[in-house]
Amino acid sequence: MSTGTDTAVPAVLPAPPAPAEEVRGSAPAPRPLPDAAPGHADGRPARHPLRALGRRLRALALRSAAILALLALWETAPRLGLADPTFLPPVSEVAVAWWELLRDGQLGQHTWASLVRSFGGFGIAVLVAVPLGLLIGWYRPVAALLGPLLEVFRNTAALALLPVFVLLLGIGETSKVSIVVYACVWPILLNTISAVGNADPTLVRLARSMDLSTPRLFQKVILPASVPAVFTGIRLAGAVSILVLVAAEMIGAKAGLGYLINASQFNFAIPQMYAGIVTISAIGVAFNQLLVTIERRLSTWRVPS
Amino acid sequence: MAKIVFEGVRKTFGDFTALDGIDLEIESGEFLVVVGPSGCGKSTLLDLLGGLSTPTAGRILLDGKPVTGPGLDRGIVFQQYALLPWRTALGNVEFGLEATGVPRRQRKARAREFLDLVGLSGFEDRHPHQLSGGMRQRVAIARSLAYDPDVLLMDEPFAALDAQTRESLQDELRRIWQRTGKTVVFITHGIEEAVYLGQKVAVMTSRPGRIKEIVPVAFGERPGTGTASGPQGEELRSSPEFARYRHDIWTLLHDEVARAQQLEKEEASV
Repeated sequence: MSTGTDTAVPAVLPAPPAPAEEVRGSAPAPRPLPDAAPGHADGRPARHPLRALGRRLRALALRSAAILALLALWETAPRLGLADPTFLPPVSEVAVAWWELLRDGQLGQHTWASLVRSFGGFGIAVLVAVPLGLLIGWYRPVAALLGPLLEVFRNTAALALLPVFVLLLGIGETSKVSIVVYACVWPILLNTISAVGNADPTLVRLARSMDLSTPRLFQKVILPASVPAVFTGIRLAGAVSILVLVAAEMIGAKAGLGYLINASQFNFAIPQMYAGIVTISAIGVAFNQLLVTIERRLSTWRVPS
Repeated sequence: MAKIVFEGVRKTFGDFTALDGIDLEIESGEFLVVVGPSGCGKSTLLDLLGGLSTPTAGRILLDGKPVTGPGLDRGIVFQQYALLPWRTALGNVEFGLEATGVPRRQRKARAREFLDLVGLSGFEDRHPHQLSGGMRQRVAIARSLAYDPDVLLMDEPFAALDAQTRESLQDELRRIWQRTGKTVVFITHGIEEAVYLGQKVAVMTSRPGRIKEIVPVAFGERPGTGTASGPQGEELRSSPEFARYRHDIWTLLHDEVARAQQLEKEEASV
């Protein structure tokens, strides 16, 4: 703020000064000039709570606008005859069917079955792939040796292997959880390996110059440095776990949301089918959100982008 | 007995000879600046002294004992700061202390003390991305000083900073050196920086890196300890003595730079 404009403002603006100008004009005068700690945010007055609330509501409205528009389209398109209501019932009918499914306990039962398989497989994948990835990433020759093989596995669609899993492990829970584990392992493993490989070499040099032992170096430098990239892998795996599971449940299952969707379609219970689909997508979004929240907690230090 | 002795040190990487015939003695509490053209093996020299790599031939003695690996008796300050981005300024200084086995409670107090020494009181809780380049390097210097090494090894620590920040950190470093009495080995490619900081300036040749000449630098009654009263800052930099030293070292380096560029050109055209 230049002093030139400060002195000019009162001259141009006579009796009723705008509130913003008043604050700006009076504030700097009593404060001593050399601020001990430049850029300290502590002294700044808190934002007006009402204005903050308004801003948050506006942000919420903006963010939900597209979803609301989709729901509106879904409701009106079948009613106006733009889509066949037999195959695409209005969203209100789907909501009713969803409520019915929830009340008679079917939805809960299928969702539970799916979540157990999906989170179980996902959890196992995290427990296996993160330590394995750290190990492989640390031994560069091993990473170089296994890299191409891992790429082949990663790029082989997990569902293409479903028949193999069924052949080897039968049609029960084992094969379903296994296919989820399989599909989740690759993104976590590959991201973890590259996270270790990409750890800032200067930081490694620093730790070495301080004569840190390898386990210490891992604990204090490599591990924290890898958290963001590992979490990217974990989030990808989270999405994959649900994707793969639903498909697996469509083949030879007696419970689960995939089964519910498939069976409803078979029985021509179309609103129920959409109810299942909506539930799947809600779970997917919620799961991702959860992982994003954990990620933020673990990496508050990152440069805000 | 000299604090650090290089005896006929040679370092090769495959067919490439980075350093050859390095003989050098550094006294305890001395401030030595090594200056040379880029790619002359200055950083290799520091790596060897830091114990991050071993010489192909010859040996390096620290307090009369050969250097066999890294240790907390030497602290390295890197050009790229090497701060842990997930730790605060205080946490980064504590990082150095964690390796020494100082109890947790004392670590914090000591870290604060050293942040204060480099003029960063009030910034303890900032993360590196919230600090300017100069502040980051101050944190790195505080970290290296906190675990109290005898020798401070600095690898072009101010090269990434703007001119004004660099000059103020140079003054700060001299002040810290005078207060702590550390032996400092400072690598740079800046002639003015070398003349301003060093008690001795070792000029290196390029490819293979050798010590061409060691120029002792003394400015009349420049303050030895405590509060400054002699010439400092701009006054010193614009003095005729300073210009003479600058010119001498420039002349020594000039041929080397020309030769290094010639070599680079030849390599690029192959």
